[in-house]
Amino acid sequence: MTTATITTTRQSTPSATPATSAPPATSATAAVRLAHGDGWFTVCDRGLLTPGRGVSVLLPDGDQAAVFLDRSGRVHAVGNRDPFTGAYVLARGLLGSAGGRPFVASPLLKQRFDLTTGACLDDEDVSVPVFAVRVE
Amino acid sequence: MPEPTFDPSAMAAHPSDRGRARAAVPDAPAGAPTIVVVGHGMVGQRFLEELAERGLTPEAGGARVVVLCEEPRPAYDRVRLSSYFDGRGPDDLSLVEPDFMARHGIELRVGDPATAVDRAGRTVTARSGAVFPYDTLVLATGSYPYVPPVPGRDARGCFVYRTIEDLRAIEAYAKGAATGAVVGGGLLGLEAAGALKGLGLATHVVEFAPRLMPVQVDEGGGAALLRTVEGLGLTVRTGVGTREVTVDGSGAVSGMALSDGSSLAVDLVVFSAGVRPRDELARECGLALGERGGIAVDEECRTSDPAVFAIGECALAADGRVYGLVAPGYEMARTAAEAVAGGRSAFTGADLSTKLKLLGVDVASFGDAHGASEGALDVVYSDARSGVYKKLVVGPDGTLLGGVLVGDAESYGTLRSLTGSVLPVAPEELVLPAGAGGGPVALGPAALPDEAVVCSCHNVTKGAIRAHGSLPEVKKCTKAGTGCGSCLKLIGQLMPPPADAGLCGCFPHSRSEVYEIVRTLRITSFSALLDGHGREEARGGDGCEVCKPVVGSVIASLAPTVGASGYVLDGEQAALQDTNDHFLANLQRNGSYSIVPRIPGGEITPEKLIVIGEVARDFGLYTKITGGQRIDLFGARVDQLPLIWSRLVEAGFESGHAYGKSLRTVKSCVGRTWCRYGVQDSVRMAIDLELRYRGLRAPHKLKSAVSGCARECAEARGKDFGIIATAEGWNLYVGGNGGAAPRHADLLAQDLSDAELVRLIDRFLMFYIRTADRLERTSAWLERIDGGLDHVRDVVVHDALGLCGELERLMADHVAGYRDEWAETINDPDRLRRFVSFVNAPDAPDPSVRFVPERDQVKPDLELLAGPVLAVRTLEGTVSR
Repeated sequence: MTTATITTTRQSTPSATPATSAPPATSATAAVRLAHGDGWFTVCDRGLLTPGRGVSVLLPDGDQAAVFLDRSGRVHAVGNRDPFTGAYVLARGLLGSAGGRPFVASPLLKQRFDLTTGACLDDEDVSVPVFAVRVE
Repeated sequence: MPEPTFDPSAMAAHPSDRGRARAAVPDAPAGAPTIVVVGHGMVGQRFLEELAERGLTPEAGGARVVVLCEEPRPAYDRVRLSSYFDGRGPDDLSLVEPDFMARHGIELRVGDPATAVDRAGRTVTARSGAVFPYDTLVLATGSYPYVPPVPGRDARGCFVYRTIEDLRAIEAYAKGAATGAVVGGGLLGLEAAGALKGLGLATHVVEFAPRLMPVQVDEGGGAALLRTVEGLGLTVRTGVGTREVTVDGSGAVSGMALSDGSSLAVDLVVFSAGVRPRDELARECGLALGERGGIAVDEECRTSDPAVFAIGECALAADGRVYGLVAPGYEMARTAAEAVAGGRSAFTGADLSTKLKLLGVDVASFGDAHGASEGALDVVYSDARSGVYKKLVVGPDGTLLGGVLVGDAESYGTLRSLTGSVLPVAPEELVLPAGAGGGPVALGPAALPDEAVVCSCHNVTKGAIRAHGSLPEVKKCTKAGTGCGSCLKLIGQLMPPPADAGLCGCFPHSRSEVYEIVRTLRITSFSALLDGHGREEARGGDGCEVCKPVVGSVIASLAPTVGASGYVLDGEQAALQDTNDHFLANLQRNGSYSIVPRIPGGEITPEKLIVIGEVARDFGLYTKITGGQRIDLFGARVDQLPLIWSRLVEAGFESGHAYGKSLRTVKSCVGRTWCRYGVQDSVRMAIDLELRYRGLRAPHKLKSAVSGCARECAEARGKDFGIIATAEGWNLYVGGNGGAAPRHADLLAQDLSDAELVRLIDRFLMFYIRTADRLERTSAWLERIDGGLDHVRDVVVHDALGLCGELERLMADHVAGYRDEWAETINDPDRLRRFVSFVNAPDAPDPSVRFVPERDQVKPDLELLAGPVLAVRTLEGTVSR
């Protein structure tokens, strides 16, 4: 398997918001937004997310993001494309945590990606982009 | 009375084998020596392996090697011969890797025994007439069963117990017999008696010596063994000889007259009164023999002709003994190979230690078991009630000289290895049971010196074993444990303990422990389980991709019992399932899914076939027939799954659970209904079983099949549970597997009625689900668990743990609680919500899932996925980025 390296270019966000949303200060009906282009792209209501699972998001430029809700209520977003297979499936992986850090395991070949940095935990040469998230 | 068996038809049946073997032989270099091996039993095969290791085979540029084998098949494991009756076929017993002969360029001629040796001309003539010149001749002809010269010994119904053909003949004859007798109460005799009992015969054992196993055990051990064997329902007569086998008018066995004037009415007699060396070839060509037979050899295993070696049971070793055990035979094979290689090695005698499980009783003897050494003293513990007898023979200075263990041979490995050294503790402490007197002394393997021999078959010391980190590694590198297997327990104890048997970084428990926690505490949520029972550092976290599906599966298996929802996508369980279970379909490499509707038993109406065809056509799906007699539909987008299933459910289909760690399919042949050979209705049984166990969540997938007769067209023995019809009912086989690690299933029980069969499968599956590790198929599970198949049989057939009632209840709960996951999904808008490609664009199809044509169907467009940057479609239209 060839491994494509993807640099995380979308870390530069419109504001100094952390890449991951804070624990739920807002109600379940709050909107989940991703940093995209020059602004914040509204994805869905937070209530549509299931703890421990992800959803796919189609971005205005045709790219895809995978958005997750962890057990403590934080929302995370990374690129949906699995760099090991090229398939847009990371949103369908299982969310887990290791050493207190959340990760998603690809549903295809099970490589794990840190949801806060995008780094692959099983291959240091590979990463996925991370999107800054706001829940408001 | 058959001579040592030879099946003439085998010669005709195997010409291609011989042709192949010959063709595989490279042209021997001019003047290259030729080694002819006569006999291809366990020792003959070991000799070939020793040659190969020394680079003496043709492929390695060594000698031409020709092997003449009397039996119709290559060497097999005669030590485990009786396991043939447990359902192991000749292939399972084979000792020869399939490509061994070809790989080494060895010419093996099965069914073509040597008939004459011309030592002056240095040639061997085979029965086929072929003549082979030799430079070195190795006789490994083994032995033949001794049949006492009593009248009637040739009658129909008289057998010996030596080859697979013998066992087949006994099996066939036993079908028309009610009572059998074994002449000889030694090791093989008791094995044969166990086999007759297993075939349903009332069984007598007649032993001329005053006790059972006179060679291995002493009087006390024999008495303990006798009580236990009689307790198993066998009738034992010791101290009597057989005077005559009586025959009825048709020439068949009708009984036995014994030396004490009594008689027995029996239909079948197995002679197992010892073996004699097969030395007739040697005798005819003038080699020196012992007074009582056996080809005399020196310490290098050379006969009186330096160009001829003799090894194994046909040889009379330099110490004046004929060895009937396999370990000394292997040692002789090594010695002779070393001599052929030009090295020096000597076989001066061997350890006769043995440990066996006969009829479920542990019997072991080692060293000077009979206390023949001068000044030897016995230390004996005997408990007639529990059938345990232990004796240690100790020298005047406290040196352990040998011993006998009956009924409890736990300490055999350690004691045998300590033989010859002064015991570190008082000997009585080693034979007393736990809890007696001053308490048990666990003389663990730690007490052994590094030079103690742990595996006597391969002469491997404790030090050599400790150099390796795991049992598989030890087996591979040292061969220890691959002979008789009696040292495996000790080797296991010498291995470092596993770092942590926990499931993953979140749970310190194995899967079966998690199962017990969920079951007994009735836990229905992952977070409750993790926070209450997970590792300290993982509590409060999200779990991981390893434990979440395991817990999801365990809760699903126990759903009706613990009060959880049986629907795998409800509540918190939704977050535990792998993507396949989450979307009730199988994820394929481009992010699309495949769909497998259930087709029970592989039976389908034309109407339903048409529906599948129409659905596949309408949604552009790629269709392929699976190995499990179903139809797989590939290439569905996640948002298409509910639409496709609406059509399928409407036509009467339900989920095939191809996505789950659950029952896949129960294959069947067409059975008695159509097939002229079928003896039962295999299709009906397959459908019944598939509908009973559908949806059952397990540690791994489960496959099954039902064959309507012994021709086995459904390949049931390659399945987790396979059923083969008999004239009387059904035989149940378990633990089979295909795939990367093929394994033939083992016979669990035979001639079952429909109800008995279902009850046993219920128990078997639930016991597996309860005790197996994560992703452990039944085949690996059966090999791993303590006691193996015997233990499983004890639990699920004989209810040794008193669990059967509960196992059956659990299965009844499952059957009553089954609902079709797809029917439930398409009728529930809440559940349907997840089946969209995008949460923010529910109606947009995923542009990354595309297909290109191939052979009139479609395949994933992988080029689309290949590059790091992708041409994709925006919400408005296609753009290139």
